[in-house]
Amino acid sequence: MYFNMDSSFVQTLWITFKLATFTTLILFVAGLPVSYWLAHSRFRLKPVVEALISMPIVLPPSVIGYYMLVVYSPRNWLGNWLGQAFDIRLAFTFEGILIASVIFGLPFMIQPLHSGLRQLPDSLREASYTLGKSKSLTFFRVLLPNIKPSIITAIALTFAHCIGEFGIVLMVGGNMPGETRVASVAIYDEMQALNFDVANRYAIILFMVSLVLLTTIYSVNRKFDTWKMM
Amino acid sequence: MENDVIHIDVSKTMFTANGTVTLAVSTTIRSGELVALFGPSGAGKTTLLRILAGLVTPDRGTVKVGQTVWFDSGNGINLAPQKRNLSLMFQDYALFPNMTVEQNIRFAQPENDRKYTEELLTVFELNEFRNRRPNGLSGGQKQRVALARALARKPGLLLLDEPLSALDAGMRITLQDEIVRAHRLSGATTLLVSHDLNEVFRLVSHVLCIENGRILREGNPSDVFSDRSISGKVQITGQIACIEKQDTVNIVTVISNGNQIIRVIAFDSDIENLSVGDQVIVFTKAFNPIISKIA
Repeated sequence: MYFNMDSSFVQTLWITFKLATFTTLILFVAGLPVSYWLAHSRFRLKPVVEALISMPIVLPPSVIGYYMLVVYSPRNWLGNWLGQAFDIRLAFTFEGILIASVIFGLPFMIQPLHSGLRQLPDSLREASYTLGKSKSLTFFRVLLPNIKPSIITAIALTFAHCIGEFGIVLMVGGNMPGETRVASVAIYDEMQALNFDVANRYAIILFMVSLVLLTTIYSVNRKFDTWKMM
Repeated sequence: MENDVIHIDVSKTMFTANGTVTLAVSTTIRSGELVALFGPSGAGKTTLLRILAGLVTPDRGTVKVGQTVWFDSGNGINLAPQKRNLSLMFQDYALFPNMTVEQNIRFAQPENDRKYTEELLTVFELNEFRNRRPNGLSGGQKQRVALARALARKPGLLLLDEPLSALDAGMRITLQDEIVRAHRLSGATTLLVSHDLNEVFRLVSHVLCIENGRILREGNPSDVFSDRSISGKVQITGQIACIEKQDTVNIVTVISNGNQIIRVIAFDSDIENLSVGDQVIVFTKAFNPIISKIA
């Protein structure tokens, strides 16, 4: 009995960190081009795009969760098409909560990257262009290496936020052990079952991980504060 | 090395602090020459440089370098900055903070050329800083790195945007020599933005005076800036710092380009079209300069 509970404890933590890692990876790869576009585009509807990306900060997770469930539902075209064509079901699956948490984590990845890129003087980019270097080479060799603090902040913040995510995972994923049950949901569940001991173990781990990640962000930013551009 | 006569005939509406100004420039720059763009801020000097670099697109016109068309609004040609054989040295130097001095120079080379890197490091006396990053350098050192980096790709056209404006007077003189050296070393046609007369006189053989977006005068600096109608023997150019009224006369304070303070007495009629900030010549007629030994 004791062994069983322990393995489900480990399993829940494993799903929690797997979700956070995949979410962060996907968002980092997708966030770089989006942030670059936001920092340099003169598209007139850019404020709308920026607002959409930032929505998760102000909207209750239940709102986004609700819409995700609507979209995932086999009664709607996307959910139906995914089910018909690929036999994919997103509601109450790991893939489902992964997509939801990618969408929910967007602002935490994009905002630091975007502001990092915007703070670089334009002349760096222009100098590289006038030295004959392509846009992509300039991006990877000149721009990215000079926003390291922003990159570290974006990654740590996205990861930490994803671990702490509760509402949207519960809405979209439910609480299925081994599939969609993550630590934050498990705490709530164990509390209701009056298993204070287990809830406490989850809580301590989440508390410590978040503390370490945020301390990393602050110490990195302090180190780079003295590292002024010009 | 592309090193040809540059034909410029462009116009561009600029939005400056003083409202919109139309930059309309038509000129030819001879191959291999060291030319200054001189004029007050907001006149369009930097914009013209950025148009040549391909960073700003003119409203209409053409830019031709030898037989190569860089820009032609009529035919929809606009070469990307990457495709123009030039280097632009920015006012803030724009050194890459993530790279060392040596890496900054090597980044600029189309192909790795160790020998030329070493030559540049030596010529600009950067050997002892080669492994330092730009944020650990002084203003003068940064300027030398920026010059070396600009030369590293062996450009046909070298554009310098107020290269010395961030430096103090003593440092300027030393680094003016570096610019001449850079020009000789590369043989590149060099365009230098400046609003320092002293710099223009010392460095260049040809100057384009730009004001309100137009080239007002061009030619040899001493022809352009000395008013030949004055038969003076002593001429000092400078800028009016203040005009004070004292009884029946005015005292005009002029800061010379050598940073000397000169006070000149003027009557009301003399200062009618003078105002603070104007570039002026202070001169004396044949007899009154007095020479005196400094004890």
